[in-house]
Amino acid sequence: MTRTAEGTHGAAATASAVARQFLTFQLGGEMYAVGILRIKEIIEYGALTAVPMMPSFIRGVINLRGSVVPVVDLRARFGAGPTPIGRRTCIVIVEIEADGESQVVGVLVDAVHEVLDIADADIEPAPSFGTQIRPDFVAGMGKVAGNFVILLDLARVLAVDEMASVVAATDAASIPSVH
Amino acid sequence: MNEYEQAQQTFFEESRDMLRQIEDALLALESNTHDDETLNGLFRAAHTIKGSAGLFGFDRIGGFTHEVETVLDRLRAGEIALNGDLAALLLESGDHIGHLLTETADGIEQSETNAAGAALKSRLLAWCPSAGAGALAASTPSAPKASAPERPWHIAVDFGPSIFRDGMDPLSFIRYLGTKGDVIGVTTRIDSMPAAETFDPEICHLGFDILLEAQCTKADLTAVFDFVKDDCELRITAPDAEVERWIGVLQGMPAHGKRIGEMLVNCGAVTQDELSRALATQQDSQGVPLPIGELLVAQNSVPDQVLQVAVTRQRDQRTEESRFIRVQADKLDSLITLVGELVIAGAGANLLARRAGDPRLLESTQVITDLVEEIRNGALQMRMVQIGETFNRFRRVVRDVSRELGKEIDLEISGADTELDKSVVEKIADPLMHLVRNAMDHGIEMPDVRVAKGKAPGGLMRLNAFHDSGSIVIEVIDDGRGLDRDRILQKAWERGLVPANTELPDEEVFDLIFTAGFSTAEKVTSLSGRGVGMDVVRRNIEALRGTVKLSSRPGEGTVVSIRLPLTLAIIDGFLVSVGPASYVVPLDMVVECIELPESTPNGASYLNLRGEVLPFLRLRDVFGIDAPPPVHHNVVVVRNGATYAGLVVDRLLGEFQTVIKPLGKLFRNLQGIGGSTILGTGEVALILDVQALIDSATRNAARQDGTTRREDTAESTFGPAATSSTEN
Repeated sequence: MTRTAEGTHGAAATASAVARQFLTFQLGGEMYAVGILRIKEIIEYGALTAVPMMPSFIRGVINLRGSVVPVVDLRARFGAGPTPIGRRTCIVIVEIEADGESQVVGVLVDAVHEVLDIADADIEPAPSFGTQIRPDFVAGMGKVAGNFVILLDLARVLAVDEMASVVAATDAASIPSVH
Repeated sequence: MNEYEQAQQTFFEESRDMLRQIEDALLALESNTHDDETLNGLFRAAHTIKGSAGLFGFDRIGGFTHEVETVLDRLRAGEIALNGDLAALLLESGDHIGHLLTETADGIEQSETNAAGAALKSRLLAWCPSAGAGALAASTPSAPKASAPERPWHIAVDFGPSIFRDGMDPLSFIRYLGTKGDVIGVTTRIDSMPAAETFDPEICHLGFDILLEAQCTKADLTAVFDFVKDDCELRITAPDAEVERWIGVLQGMPAHGKRIGEMLVNCGAVTQDELSRALATQQDSQGVPLPIGELLVAQNSVPDQVLQVAVTRQRDQRTEESRFIRVQADKLDSLITLVGELVIAGAGANLLARRAGDPRLLESTQVITDLVEEIRNGALQMRMVQIGETFNRFRRVVRDVSRELGKEIDLEISGADTELDKSVVEKIADPLMHLVRNAMDHGIEMPDVRVAKGKAPGGLMRLNAFHDSGSIVIEVIDDGRGLDRDRILQKAWERGLVPANTELPDEEVFDLIFTAGFSTAEKVTSLSGRGVGMDVVRRNIEALRGTVKLSSRPGEGTVVSIRLPLTLAIIDGFLVSVGPASYVVPLDMVVECIELPESTPNGASYLNLRGEVLPFLRLRDVFGIDAPPPVHHNVVVVRNGATYAGLVVDRLLGEFQTVIKPLGKLFRNLQGIGGSTILGTGEVALILDVQALIDSATRNAARQDGTTRREDTAESTFGPAATSSTEN
């Protein structure tokens, strides 16, 4: 479960030859990847219910075989406005740990590509600046065919506590008064 | 978790059940010391814990429980009598076993627990001066009793007249018996011997009474006479030890679904032959057949006392255990989730059938839909538990607290079989505890005060539960001094909660007690007797979508009634829509629905409802829904306590029974949405938290700066990232 996090520290130091599998996906023209161990399934975009008074990066909730699962708009989470819905828009269902409890979250992405093997030796530590997203969201940079793919630290990107506190901040002023 | 760990888990759970039984039994015995059955149950529970602990090698638990068992054994034997001190000691010991269980489960061992255990042990030893080998022997009934039979087996056999002709020799049977044990006496019965002149040497007239000391079962002895079983009359009377063993076996035997005869055969008291014979008699008998047990006693197959144990056992099982199985709550939850899915899938199939227009298909999907509905109700029903167990825990609380306070308080429980959802039961225990303690502490007076007032010295607490129109009502009743209405009102005036010198109806006065802060006012607490934390009680109850009311008469007592929904999993909702989104308003808050008068100006947020001012919220604006508004708006008039408000929506879609799905931690700070549910189409609809919506609007009325758009705030939180776009 914590393999992406390990990648942050361990990759450069040990440079072991072990390869791990990552799912790559498209988000606003950029390629990102997450370790497949956290991924439960990938579903087509559809029947999403918007939840009012939530920050724009929380797109809404879906019915995933009877449980109600929140969907996070990654593009909006990275501060680039809402993801336009297209033909290839997908929801990647991931499981994250928060306070020892596992929480299922859907992640809205433009398109899903493929599962890649990336050797630990091919993972560079995250640069301190230069990426277009918050540096702490980046677990590392994977070298794939001469290009870099941003490996996301999902535990940070989807930190439930942080996202929930944004809710609190935005909510206070949003309800108009009753006269 | 492997099997061993699972077994351990079961041990811990069962032992806790046993401890609860011990506690209940002790409390029951305190009021009625001569109830043998309860006493036996008490002993058995302790014995089971000890035995199982030994099985797992938990010597700390086993060792301590052994001491408890020793005292219980003396109690059972009537050597000592149960008094208040002993009951207290045993209750403490029960608690200590509970601690040991917890520590063992967590794999720790604390020295203070050991010290407490040693102290308890020495107090326990004081109750059994001769503790030691004798007590140990008593605690493991089967082994020592078999080795030292108090009375030998008595075998009475009358051989049939034809056995000589069949080539049998009665002597050989007696000789063969000798291999089973020691034949200590044989008396020959010659009563049926005819006069010498009619004597036929080929006819057997002999009967024998044989005394045998042997460690064997009745079946073994019967087997000895197998060759002549159709041709002799055999009556075997067991030694007392054996009878006790049968009773022991019977009591330990799961009696679920068994017949009396079967139970008696299984424990060895009756042989299969004897049973067959009794069954045959039963069939041959004219008129109303006698119960099989009575026939067995009549043919001397079984002592009456053994039969009685079997009958009681069967009855107990029928009334209690056999009706329950232990199921993990998670399994039920996932079953309910699945059934919820089934409802949705069924609705989808129904929709398709309707489109296809085939009446037969439509009919069969309708039948399925109805069945699924029944299954869902059944599945939810399985989560229902009786409130009795929660109530029973208070026996101990009342007992302990009344001793502590020096008051005499009895607890009376009624409606213990009233059922409600397990999750509600779990959450109601704390508020109830608070109310009961409060009532005992402040409500019920000291004995001398009560006598001076002409009441009985002992106070009475009552816990009552009953179903009332789709909710459960739980009442906490005391016969104490009651609330001091005038003092409460006085205090409220002083604190400006109520405009000075305004009179209020009783109900509203008592309601003030639940106001946060008010309750902590020291003077009112000491005088009125209700206070600290009542606001917390109310909050907890409201979190369960319940309400709490007080009524009181000075000098006669107070009734706190809590009204709760039967289940947290389902509510009756009212479905409305705004643009593309559907929302559910809890039906019990909806008062009426009206059309928004066209004359209402666009900016206004109130309307005239039959002469009253009704403030309203436009959900479209509150939720920032970006969809073209309809021609006509509707207003759902909701009530929250005494506050009325309107919710302006696009369309009214009608009543809808909803399975509530929690929204999860991500939405925990979201105000105004209470949960979600899944519609027949598979879409998620949000359930409105009307109270929070109104509260939030009321708070913001003062600030009037509700123009800040939430998107602005949201994105500025991610300041550095927001400056550069990932796009292109």
